[in-house]
Amino acid sequence: MIKNDFVVRFAGEGGQGLLTVVTALSQAASQVGYNVQTFATFPSQITGGPTWFQLRISTSDILSAGDDLDALVAFNEEAYREHRGEVGGSGVVVYNTEAFDLESDGKSFGMPFGELAKATGNNRAANFVVMGALAHLVGMPLSMLEEFNRVKYTRGRASDEQIVSSNNHALALGRDEAIKSGFSLGELARPTRPEGEQILVNGNEALSLGALAAGLEVFVGYPISPASSILVWMEKNLVGPGRFVYQGTSEIESINAVLGAGYAGKKAMTATAGPGFSLMSEGIGLAWMAEIPLVVTDVQRGGPSTGLPTKTEQSDLLTVLNPSHGDISIPVIAPGTVEECFYAAVMAFNWAERYQGPVVLLSEHALSERQKNIPKPDLSSLRIENRIVYAGVNGYRRYEASELSPMPIPGAPGGYVANGSEHDGIGDTTHLPARHVQMTERRFGKLKLLEDGSYEEENAQAPVTIMPWGGSKGPAREAYEQLAGSGMNVGWAYTMYLNPLPPALLETLRQKELVLVPELNYLGQLSSVLRAQGVRAQSITQYTGLPFRVRDLVGRIRERVNATQREGVTA
Amino acid sequence: MNRRNPEYDFKWCPGCGDFGVRRALEQATEKYLIETEMPVEANVVVAGIGCSGNMVHLLEGPQPYGFHGVHGRTLPVAMGIKMSRPDLNVVIAAGDGDFLGIGFEHVGPQAARNLNVTAVVMDNGVYGLTKGQSSPTTDLGVITSSTPYGKAEVAINPLSIYLTMGVSYLASAMSTKIKDMTSLILNAMMHPGFSVVHVQSPCTEFNDTYELLKGNRKKGIEPVAWSVPDGHDPEDIEAAFRIATSDGIPMGLLYKDASRPTFDRQIAGLTEKAGAKSAAELMESYAI
Repeated sequence: MIKNDFVVRFAGEGGQGLLTVVTALSQAASQVGYNVQTFATFPSQITGGPTWFQLRISTSDILSAGDDLDALVAFNEEAYREHRGEVGGSGVVVYNTEAFDLESDGKSFGMPFGELAKATGNNRAANFVVMGALAHLVGMPLSMLEEFNRVKYTRGRASDEQIVSSNNHALALGRDEAIKSGFSLGELARPTRPEGEQILVNGNEALSLGALAAGLEVFVGYPISPASSILVWMEKNLVGPGRFVYQGTSEIESINAVLGAGYAGKKAMTATAGPGFSLMSEGIGLAWMAEIPLVVTDVQRGGPSTGLPTKTEQSDLLTVLNPSHGDISIPVIAPGTVEECFYAAVMAFNWAERYQGPVVLLSEHALSERQKNIPKPDLSSLRIENRIVYAGVNGYRRYEASELSPMPIPGAPGGYVANGSEHDGIGDTTHLPARHVQMTERRFGKLKLLEDGSYEEENAQAPVTIMPWGGSKGPAREAYEQLAGSGMNVGWAYTMYLNPLPPALLETLRQKELVLVPELNYLGQLSSVLRAQGVRAQSITQYTGLPFRVRDLVGRIRERVNATQREGVTA
Repeated sequence: MNRRNPEYDFKWCPGCGDFGVRRALEQATEKYLIETEMPVEANVVVAGIGCSGNMVHLLEGPQPYGFHGVHGRTLPVAMGIKMSRPDLNVVIAAGDGDFLGIGFEHVGPQAARNLNVTAVVMDNGVYGLTKGQSSPTTDLGVITSSTPYGKAEVAINPLSIYLTMGVSYLASAMSTKIKDMTSLILNAMMHPGFSVVHVQSPCTEFNDTYELLKGNRKKGIEPVAWSVPDGHDPEDIEAAFRIATSDGIPMGLLYKDASRPTFDRQIAGLTEKAGAKSAAELMESYAI
């Protein structure tokens, strides 16, 4: 049997090398031309605790992590019991006999991961033992993995040769165990290399690359899951003249430093998650008030309070739209795929520069850790925008106009006060009613400059439309394709531009009988935003800390659509 | 801007110490710009919230670049500006509540980094703009609107705290002694590193300490303020600590260490070898 798709889950405890094996296998598979996508979930601790990673390997583009497992690699008994229910009908469990043993259940086979590794002379080769077994199960030639091994471990060190040869030995030992077990999952079709150059990145890497491509010069951030990897990436890479990257002492210091940088003419960003975002809210209000371009990345995790630091959720939307006290509406761009993380970052800077204010780049845990092959972005075709800079003489009234006006940069003429109090044209504090009216309208009026967001729409004449946001895009898209493929009259709408929404999209949404919004929160946050804008929207919610399963979405969408149709008949 | 702006309706009370600080800051800035041949637009004033923060609007003469942000965050904003543009002269104007109350957490880190900015801290020992609540420098037992039965905390000693945290230039001044203050602020601006000029700037409305600071012989009141002795070596940190922890409030230059690298130079040195990386190079490192 030829398979086009292979889903494998590695479950065990943090620190058992699960990440190593999933990373290695995804790198190996992507190098030979497969599409790959990973999913990671783990507890908030340095090592230990129930952890699992999932890898989907496919000959075509991947939308979701995959519902049913073809293979489960169980590193301990707890993992076996927890996850075996998700192994599909013809799936196989590979388990570590050093951790536990099983009576034969007809779909499992065990091998001693560590002992086999030891036999190669390299105790750290257990991941290669596992990969060798998996390769046999899906008929993948070991040569593919051997090639990956050779490239990865040829690092110009004396030990290279020994490591490469022991890893190859481990691959063969794992394969032999799988052969002995007699199990097979069929044969994974040979990959057709995706067209064009590809890169293998996770969401936070794609986002960081996008920020740099957009011209990021200053980054100040504070460690917080799941945004820390952006800080670490920036500390390593955003160095050199004209740039500044630093770990602040808090999110409050970070946002205020980024405010200073934006004021001083730099493209600046900070990255955080829910708790840090709450601390930044006053600073974001200041950026709105004083009209300072900057980008705040919020990589959402489960909330509120400390919440679920290492689990995924889409529950910060209402917060990021109105983070601060007072009249405020913050532009929000929420990428839905790893590839979109790159382009959303570019657009976040373009928007911030264009309207001279703060923009929130709203990502989420599931995207931040997701590793995926994506087409390599073409930097030469990116449109990069820069703020309009004041180039006149001193005596300029920076805020006097009723609309966007050129921004003076310290060091050049045009002195003014960037003021968080309500202010007059020069930035001096004022309490005059007419000024507050004028300045409030000036600030909100600038949002009109951001109505160029793109969107997707399919089967637009259907009365019911599915409109996910953020990381729920993938599973919702897979569900939509299944439902539409089975003959259901259902539409598709999607945008990563959540505020302001593209006006043309909003117009078509208002014509719908029902807009169904799959989203990972309790309140139904995007649907409430849509309802406030005159759209008949309802949410399909989930708040488990995990992404949607395609199967669940298919069922729940079908239920809602059928109910709507029944209501339509009785009406 | 200045008092001639009819829309700007904030005023310091008659006799406020901040008037004197303004005069000194204006003169020091003017001298600094002349000496360094920098244009006025290369000078940025970052203001805190409170009476003292209004300095940024009340400075006379040409309109400076200013930043009047949220309460307590002058230092992080100043870091963002200075590290983006090390060529700018960044001056902070803040009060004891803003700098040592809500914003206190930022003093230590900037001292450790030796951020090359100058903070002029106007200490009136009270929250004036919100009408007389206690501040970190209000004395134990003092009755204010928020301590109706007397303050339960001892006053902090700002000078010894600055020294402990590693401020690399520390001066103490009195708002009525404009000439001395001007020279201390000018030297602070010239100093390569984090400089603090802590000024006693009394509040005539809620905490009038003029008499206490200067003394009154007729009434038999000994002055709290005293001058740092001529022979004091400002590079001697132990001597500086002794002065800072003596009774009363010493006036003058307490400490100066020009040998430490500034924050921007430190980073430039550490990252020099790493070199600048372009988006294209970084992208290539992820190629499949």
